[in-house]
Amino acid sequence: MNIVVAIKHVPSTADELELNDDGTNLDFDEVDFVLNEFDEHAIEQAVLVKEAAGGEVTVVGVDVIEELDGVLHTALAKGADKAAKIVGDIEPPINSHTHARWLADAIGEMGPDLVLTGVQAVDDLDGQIGPMLAAHLDMPYVGVVTGVSASNGSVTVHKEYPGGVMAEFEVSLPAVIGVQAAEKPPRYAPISKIRQMAKSAEIEEIDADEDFEYEGCELRQMAKPVSAGHAEMLEGDAEEVAEKIIALLEDRGLL
Amino acid sequence: MSNDILVIAEHLGGKVADISYEMVGKAKELAAAWGGQAIAVMLGSGMAEQAGTFASDATLYVDDPALAEFNPEAYGRVVAALVEEKSPRLVMFGSTSVGMDLAAWLSVKKDMPCVAYVNDLTVEDGELVATAQIYGGKMAAQCVPQGDAAVVSVMAGAFPADAGRGSTAAEQIASPADLSDLKVRFVQMIMPEAGDVDITAEEKLVAIGRGIGSEDNIELAQELAEALGAELAASRPITDAGWLPKTRQVGKSGVTVKPKLYLMLGISGAPEHLEGMKDAELIIAINTDENAPIFDVAHYGATQDLFDVAEAMLEALE
Repeated sequence: MNIVVAIKHVPSTADELELNDDGTNLDFDEVDFVLNEFDEHAIEQAVLVKEAAGGEVTVVGVDVIEELDGVLHTALAKGADKAAKIVGDIEPPINSHTHARWLADAIGEMGPDLVLTGVQAVDDLDGQIGPMLAAHLDMPYVGVVTGVSASNGSVTVHKEYPGGVMAEFEVSLPAVIGVQAAEKPPRYAPISKIRQMAKSAEIEEIDADEDFEYEGCELRQMAKPVSAGHAEMLEGDAEEVAEKIIALLEDRGLL
Repeated sequence: MSNDILVIAEHLGGKVADISYEMVGKAKELAAAWGGQAIAVMLGSGMAEQAGTFASDATLYVDDPALAEFNPEAYGRVVAALVEEKSPRLVMFGSTSVGMDLAAWLSVKKDMPCVAYVNDLTVEDGELVATAQIYGGKMAAQCVPQGDAAVVSVMAGAFPADAGRGSTAAEQIASPADLSDLKVRFVQMIMPEAGDVDITAEEKLVAIGRGIGSEDNIELAQELAEALGAELAASRPITDAGWLPKTRQVGKSGVTVKPKLYLMLGISGAPEHLEGMKDAELIIAINTDENAPIFDVAHYGATQDLFDVAEAMLEALE
C-alpha cells in the first residue's frame, strides 16, 4: 500500500508568542517551528499500518522556514521510507488553503492509496488541511480518527465523538484520514538513527506553485485574547502555596 | 446570492447537540442585520420531532436512511447541494468532530473562504467580522472573509444555546443529492467501556496534564488525590500516552465535568480541555508557565513547581 503522510511545520506555542509590528500575525523571526503534534500521530499511524499491511510510507510537507529537513529525517528514522519537501520562495505565514493546494499537487503525483494527516494544527485559522486535501484529490475524508486498519482496498477507522463515544467507518481507498491520535503513542527515534538519516537520506524537492494565492480572509488584527478574568495568583514558595490551597479548600468545606 | 445563513445542526444518539442551538441563536442575530433568514438544517432519519426545536427563521429537515448517523461523505453531498440551491451568505458548522470534517471541505469544494475556531461573529457595516482563536488559544485573530459567501466553524460554548431553542416548524425534504455509492460506510457506534470511575459524578478532581512529565509521576498525583478525597482526571496527552484510561479524559473528546474542586497540575489550558471544565466551581491551577491560558480561566493559580506543591500539600494534609 502506498501511504502518504501530509505534515505541517507550525509555530511552537510552548514559548511566549510575539506579534509583528502591525499586529496582524506573529513575529516569525522570533518563533520556533515544530512538527504539528497531530502529524506526529499521523506518521506513527502510517508506520503502524505499513507494519500490519505492508507498503511504503512517504512523508511530505511544505518547507515553510527552510528547516523541515530535521523533521523529515526524524520521520525516516521512525520508519517512513521516503521524504519530500515543497520548496520555493516561501515565507510564513502559509495559510491552510495554500498548504492544501501545494500538498494536493504533490500528493496527486504520488498516486497514494491512503493519505494520513493530523486532524488539526495550531495555525489553521482558515480550516484544517485534511478535508481540503480530500476536496482537491476528490477522495473521501474522515477526521478525528484514533485508529486505522487496512484490508482489501479499504480501511476501517474509529472516529471520536464527545464522552468517549466512537463511530466505526469503513472507507474505500483511496481516502484521506485526519488523525487525532495513533493507536499507540508515537515511537521514539534514537538520535543516532536520525543522524544517520541526515547523512544518507535523500529528500525529494518539489516546486511550489507560487502563482497560487488564497485571499479568502483579510486578517485585520491579532492580539492576545481578552479574558473575562484572571486567576488570583498564590504567591510564595511551594510550602506557602500548599498552605494557601489547603486554606481555600477548608474555607469551602472541601476538606 | 441570498442574505440567508445555513446552520448545519448536529445530533448524537437522537439528541440535538447544544452547539446547534448556540449557532442558531447567533445566526438569527446576523441574518437580521443582513435582512436574511437564519435557516437551521438538520440531516437525519426519524428526527422530525427534534428538527422542530430551533428558534430559527426556517428549518429544513433532510430525511434519508443514509443520514441516520453522521457520515462525512453523505453529509457533505447534501450540504454542497443545499449551498448550490440556496446560495447562502454564510454556512455555519460546529468546530466539532462533525463540523471539522465538513467546513474546510466545503470551503475548497465551493470556493468559499473559511474561518475555523470562531468564538465571535459580528456584522460591521454589512461585513462579517469573525474572531477566531489560533496558536492553541494564545492569540485571537480578527478576520473578514472576502467575497460573497463564507464558511465558519464555531467553538462549542461561544454563544448561548437558549437563544437558539424554539419551535419553528421544520420543512421535511428528500435528500437533494444522490446518496448511493458512498465510499464512506458507517459500521457501528462504539460506546465507552464502563467499569472505571465516572469522573462526571465526582465532587473533587485532581487533573493532570503534560507537565506531569512521565508515567512514574502519576503516583504522586494519585496520592494527593487520595489525600483530598478526589479522583484523578487528565488532559488528552495523558490518556493518549496510555498513562490513565480514556474514561479519565476531560475536554472536547472526553467528558465535561462540573466538580466543586478542579485542581490542575501541569495543564496549560488548551481550548479543547477548557471546553470540558470551565464551569467547575473552584479551579486551582499549578503551572510553571505564567502565561499559560489556564490562568485566564482558573480562580486561583500558582507558578510553583507542581511536584513541590503536591509534596508540600501531602505533608500538610498528613
